[in-house]
Amino acid sequence: MSAVRSSAQARGRDGPLLAVQDLHTWFELRQWGFLRVGSVRAVDGVDFELARGEAVAFVGESGCGKSSLARTLLGLHKPTRGEVVFNGTRVADLRGKDMQWYRASVGYVQQDPYGALPPFMDVRRILSEPLIVHGISSRVERERRIRQVLDEVRLSPAETILDKFPHMLSGGQQQRVVIARALVLEPSMIIADEPVSMLDASVRVEILNLLRRIQTERELTLAFITHDLSTVRHFADRIFVMYAGRIVEQAPVDELLAHPQHPYTQSLLAAIADVDAANARQQREVPGGEPPSLLHPPPGCRFHPRCPHAIAGVCEVDDPPQFEPRRGHRSACWLHR
Amino acid sequence: MAQKTLLSVEGLELQYQTRRGVARAVDGVSFDILANEALVVLGESGCGKSSLAKALLRVLPRNVHRFSGKVMLGDTDIMALSEEAFRRDVQWTRIAMVMQAAMNALNPVVRVGEQVAEPLRVHMGWSRARAMERVARTFEQVGVSTDFLQRYPFELSGGMRQRVVLAMALVTEPELVILDEPTSALDVLTQAGIMNVLKRIKQEQGTSFMLITHDVATSSEIADRVALMYAGQVVEVADAQDFFHAPAHPYSQMLMASVPRLRQREEPAHIPGQPPDLIDLPSGCRFADRCPSRFGRCAEDPEPIRLARRHHVRCWLHAGRSGGGGA
Amino acid sequence: MRRWLEGLRELRQYPSAIGGMALIAFLIALSVYTVIAIPYNQALDLWRGGEEWRMHPINAGPVWADRLTGGNKPETVLVSSADADVREAGFEGGRQVRIPLAFNYDYGDFPSEINLFLKTEDTDREAFVRLSWQTPDGETIPLGGRRIAQEDRVSISQNRALEARLGVSPHIGLFADALDGDDPSPQAGRYQLMVDAILYGEEASLDADLAVYGRVHGIAGTDHQRRDIMVALLWGTPVALAFGLLAAVGTTVTTLVIAATGVWFGGLVDATIQRLTEVNIILPLLPILVMVGTLYSTSIWLMLGVVIALGIFSAGIKMYRAMLLPIRQAPYIEAARAYGASNSRIIMRYMIPRILPVLIPTFVTLIPTYVFLEASLAVLGLGDPILPTWGKVLNDAQVQSALYNGFYYWVVSPALLLMLTGLGFAMLGFALDRVFNPRLRTQ
Repeated sequence: MSAVRSSAQARGRDGPLLAVQDLHTWFELRQWGFLRVGSVRAVDGVDFELARGEAVAFVGESGCGKSSLARTLLGLHKPTRGEVVFNGTRVADLRGKDMQWYRASVGYVQQDPYGALPPFMDVRRILSEPLIVHGISSRVERERRIRQVLDEVRLSPAETILDKFPHMLSGGQQQRVVIARALVLEPSMIIADEPVSMLDASVRVEILNLLRRIQTERELTLAFITHDLSTVRHFADRIFVMYAGRIVEQAPVDELLAHPQHPYTQSLLAAIADVDAANARQQREVPGGEPPSLLHPPPGCRFHPRCPHAIAGVCEVDDPPQFEPRRGHRSACWLHR
Repeated sequence: MAQKTLLSVEGLELQYQTRRGVARAVDGVSFDILANEALVVLGESGCGKSSLAKALLRVLPRNVHRFSGKVMLGDTDIMALSEEAFRRDVQWTRIAMVMQAAMNALNPVVRVGEQVAEPLRVHMGWSRARAMERVARTFEQVGVSTDFLQRYPFELSGGMRQRVVLAMALVTEPELVILDEPTSALDVLTQAGIMNVLKRIKQEQGTSFMLITHDVATSSEIADRVALMYAGQVVEVADAQDFFHAPAHPYSQMLMASVPRLRQREEPAHIPGQPPDLIDLPSGCRFADRCPSRFGRCAEDPEPIRLARRHHVRCWLHAGRSGGGGA
Repeated sequence: MRRWLEGLRELRQYPSAIGGMALIAFLIALSVYTVIAIPYNQALDLWRGGEEWRMHPINAGPVWADRLTGGNKPETVLVSSADADVREAGFEGGRQVRIPLAFNYDYGDFPSEINLFLKTEDTDREAFVRLSWQTPDGETIPLGGRRIAQEDRVSISQNRALEARLGVSPHIGLFADALDGDDPSPQAGRYQLMVDAILYGEEASLDADLAVYGRVHGIAGTDHQRRDIMVALLWGTPVALAFGLLAAVGTTVTTLVIAATGVWFGGLVDATIQRLTEVNIILPLLPILVMVGTLYSTSIWLMLGVVIALGIFSAGIKMYRAMLLPIRQAPYIEAARAYGASNSRIIMRYMIPRILPVLIPTFVTLIPTYVFLEASLAVLGLGDPILPTWGKVLNDAQVQSALYNGFYYWVVSPALLLMLTGLGFAMLGFALDRVFNPRLRTQ
């Protein structure tokens, strides 16, 4: 249990752990510090629910808003509109101790393990920091928890690692320390933003397996943000595909990979081939153009300028709602109408 | 296919002097590239693959401790050329290179068209008009609209900038293009688009490529052959078909098993342990520590063993299978 | 912590670091010795000048410099009645005292001055004293007699009558071997000043102290007020180091915290700090200090305060800001926010420590800049009114036209110490820069 006990903890044990409703995170662009010249709509109307103990993946290209979504969930950005409801409590209403409880409840694993660790602190200090911030003043207690969590991320014996500085560790070890830091406050949810994209291929699987094992053992909710569809299959239960600030398709992993519904998802899958010598002799089908500007997104469906199946008079006019073309499989595309 | 050999590298060594000692970044590397062939140099970070590229193009840092070996480009021994002659006759004109993260190294205050024209004008002494005409053609080949000639780098997206950098390497129509991690910072669709361009140019112009990457999936998009590097050495070099489907070295096998596959059920497996320090290399096989099949002989340094035509592996497990020994 | 130790270990590879540290260690040792040997209050009293220095010559050069150049200039000779063979004879209502003050003199030059200090006790009336001078060749020169006050000084070298009689200044005439020559030289041997006194009172006593002032004195020489310059050189060391260190710490720490605060909060806070800095940068420091010194007070501590106050929003803010801006975006800071670290914790524990290694060399080289600033103020006549400092020695020297008069030592020694301070910190600073600044690391 977290060190900070609060009333918010008691509520809402039954519903989803995290519910996001109509979430918008816009960044205002200002000229000379005050003149508003527009907004970057990084997250632009996102709804979803995450159950306890579920592992989901948010997949999308850079600039699709997946990292902004992660930061909004972590409380690092204020939502422009909409709600994040955690454990039945609106995060926007949390103050003081309740907010600290929320921060302890959501762990954060970042992309660049070296950058994620302060270079001037040793591992003991790095892992002590969250505990100190959350009022655990007993050195003995901190040491106990640090050793426990190091053991959990398989960095043992702890003695060999505690006094090291980040630059003395390998990339994989660094990422384990980052994961240990996310776990040390005993969160109920972990948000991992591209946790392996900076690591070598041989280490990636190891880190992903570790995350998956901890997620199962601790019954954590894991939100796994990635641009790499091929790693998702084994490490998530559900996939959300994001494009230009919105979720365009969501489904269980196998369902989505087997029957992609949205034209964007289809083109993403077409661009990724499993390793094969024949790949070198094939041209991949790639939709033309580039993702739209989030400052001036196109009207209607945001994928319509690149979509091979765009329906004139429909797609560029109205926003597609979430259709459910197959059971448990939702896709925001007018083709399903 | 009886293609002629374009580049042949034998016993290339590159060592750096560091504070802690001598780092053997490239340690006795031999391979060759045929005309119109794409060789992928695959390896994890710190295995020496980028140093290999830098050694071939002689873009070396100041702390080089030792740089030796034999590199033949066609009939020219390019290691024997003076700096001056190398710069004049080889760099850009015969071998061009796209450096890692080169798209972020474009000059921000010069229009991209001018930057791409630079190798033509500086190395080949072309007139501006003639150079710009060629640049426009190259832009079309790499899929950049000629409207972008007059733009500045910051006005272009990452994918477009990478294509511009590619154009800069291709504009002199070199025989060999070396690409160091050309797509690693790019999105899936952009990446696929750029690989499409490379495939097309290889097919249409007969250019040879040497692509350096850590990503097995990317490597399969262009590779005719694959050279896998580990701790400064090439541990296996084989045709793509053999490498991807029947790798011989235990490291190659484990690496292939660690690649997550989108359309297959089996779970990827990781490689335990870490590569050795290039400054303090173990004696004997450098992979032995992590190798599940190591045995007594692994304490000796393995030589490249020939398994088939143009398929070599540095592993004692294959000694004696087809005569063994010799490169 | 270990990182710092590693850095220090690495420093040993740089000869300039060793040299710099040796110089700084010397200055620190000197400071510690000074503070213990001459306590603060005593130093202030000494530097105020006056009677304590009456036995010291005026504007004497250092002994070692004279000896080194083969000179044999006289040092000050002091003879006290306490050591003399005093003869007394009583009479009704008083006593007659005869004090022979003898000394050996074998220097190659004449003394600069001769004074006799007399002090009577328990006398009913003013005592009468008669003096006579005996040269080594047996000649006796009467120096006249007079009544003396309870504490009196007889300036033999200022005796106009004697000067008229001898034809030259008494301190030359009394020592010269042949008075007729144009270029007299001193006679070596035993001299004696006989003090014959009549004291009135049964218990009356007389102490006599003869000072034959030399032309060289001690290690550092003396100034126009007879003060030993060594006092100022010694005390100048802790003052300079303290001023430099405090000013450097004061400005660096405040500037750093303010810059980090501005960078972290951004927006209006940052804009305000930036504008204040821009205004402050164009304010000239030295003229403001001169103004404060002229109109208010020249206390060194006030100056220190003003230096720090003006240093808070200095150009350093711009530099630190540029260094901190990328750190603000660092993922580890985002992680700290995600686990709920407070703003102050992020500024003090996550942002500032990140740039400290790069700042330490700058900080070390900043110290002598403030030492020089303090010296410059003192040279301009705005030195601390009571504290002896290097700058004030220079200022005195300048006011007394030391170089014009050939008192080179008065200028050279404080200047040398200033230079050594600058050199020591600069050498260490540059070496530290190479150790802690990754961009300068040689491969």
